[in-house]
Amino acid sequence: MTRGRRFLGSPVLWVGLLFATLLLRTDALRPVLHRAFPGVEPVIYNRDSFLALFLSQLGLVVVASLAASLIGVALAVFVTRPAGRDFRPMASALATVGQTFPPAAVLAIAVPMVGFGARPTVIALFLYGLLPIVENAVAGLEGVPQGVCEAAEGMGLSAWQRLHQVDLPLAAPVILAGIRVSVTIAIGTATIGSTVGALTLGTPIFDGLVANKLPFVIEGAVLVALFAILTDMLFARLERWLRPVAG
Amino acid sequence: MIEIDQVSKSYGDRRVVDRLSLTIDVGELCVLLGSSGCGKSTTLRMINRLIPTDSGSIRVGGEDVTRVPAEALRRRIGYAIQSIGLFPHWTVEDNIATVPRLLKWHEARVRDRIGELLELFRLDPETYRRKYPHQLSGGEQQRVGVARALAADPEVLLMDEPFAAVDPITRDALQAELGHIHQTTGKTIVFVTHDIEEALRLATVIAIMDRGRIVQLGTPLDILEHPTNDFVREFVGHQGLGLKLLSVRKISDRLRRGETAEGEPLSLDASLAEALSAMTARRTPRLPVSDAEGRKIGVIALPDLVR
Repeated sequence: MTRGRRFLGSPVLWVGLLFATLLLRTDALRPVLHRAFPGVEPVIYNRDSFLALFLSQLGLVVVASLAASLIGVALAVFVTRPAGRDFRPMASALATVGQTFPPAAVLAIAVPMVGFGARPTVIALFLYGLLPIVENAVAGLEGVPQGVCEAAEGMGLSAWQRLHQVDLPLAAPVILAGIRVSVTIAIGTATIGSTVGALTLGTPIFDGLVANKLPFVIEGAVLVALFAILTDMLFARLERWLRPVAG
Repeated sequence: MIEIDQVSKSYGDRRVVDRLSLTIDVGELCVLLGSSGCGKSTTLRMINRLIPTDSGSIRVGGEDVTRVPAEALRRRIGYAIQSIGLFPHWTVEDNIATVPRLLKWHEARVRDRIGELLELFRLDPETYRRKYPHQLSGGEQQRVGVARALAADPEVLLMDEPFAAVDPITRDALQAELGHIHQTTGKTIVFVTHDIEEALRLATVIAIMDRGRIVQLGTPLDILEHPTNDFVREFVGHQGLGLKLLSVRKISDRLRRGETAEGEPLSLDASLAEALSAMTARRTPRLPVSDAEGRKIGVIALPDLVR
């Protein structure tokens, strides 16, 4: 198969096109929605553009996931080094607490402290997204074969050289898998942020529920689902690209 | 080259190495031989400071190992282990280049050295340079592992049961190669094994260890002929002692110069065990012997084996 044909046959491309079309040309759906929901007017959410909602949600997810990735991986590195080994159970426990706390509860606690809008949402996404990243990064770093670690140390690589030349590259696929899970969860969870005033694709869902307008709910839900699926597919691509040498 | 002086190491109550002293001269291939838990690996790893000593001192090349930073020390000591530990995400070339690059050699020099080492281990550079470890057989991986340990031309090579995990045929080939490399480079090698046959074959000097101490230190022949106590006698094994003796003696010791015999000649460096094997297989009590240039220079005869 040629490179071009493989590209055309790739589901990422088609899901991406579908998502972009729905996002930018939602109007095209108007006749279909009119027929499905006669009498509902407006049939397409119009308080914000879907593009603006998507970009706002993307921003929230990127900021929260980036912070969770950096801090999660740093935490995992720390607890897998000799100096931090004692903190390993504590780090897992903390990340688990972050996960068991429902994001809605985090929002409820965060709003009085930081106010309405994007900030409580980012905090909730960050805490919620930390666990899969820490867990996977620890598993990845601990999964580096004993012999490889011993050889690296025995040949005189410094602690820093061992970390960035050996441990992190070898753990990268597992770490990335954790980030993938975390980001996918964050995209879904971010919609709840709309209840505290963050702009996301969840906004039409909640407005639709409040105003009893089913088309809004469907529009928001379909776009969020496509957003999450597309992101997941892109991560799958990245993972494949990261392990060219695995046997 | 290596002076280990009254070194001890304990884990909790268990004394793994007990006031051990050992001096290894330049160019020796010293085998630390013993059953598992005797402290041989711990001793080896204390030389490059992978394990810190509790007491006593170790000098390499006259310098106390604790006086230099651990990383600098390890970069001048080659290290090869049973699990090999090749970096799976690096090519053969990059794996071998590890220490030279740490030492900031020029890329051209690194490249030349990689080619040289691959040839030394009979791995065609053009085929193997760009391969990844998982594309190699176990024997090839271990060759690359040893090549990597030798890459920066270290003064000392430490080997921890490097051939224990490969099949017998590959092990035989690797042992022959190591013997050859030891002879041609004259490196000081410390080699840990529990395999008496391997020790007899490779060592210039064997240190038999038990419970953290050296029970006997001597040449392979010494140890076979004059075991100091029952432990050593037990360890080297009464059974097959004669054959082991034949395996450590060379044809050159028993050569009848100037005589001639029919057949394919044996090498002067071959062991008497190989001579006996060839005689048995060819049903003859006399075989010709040739020197390194392939000239027939004499004969080895059956009665001489048992002299």
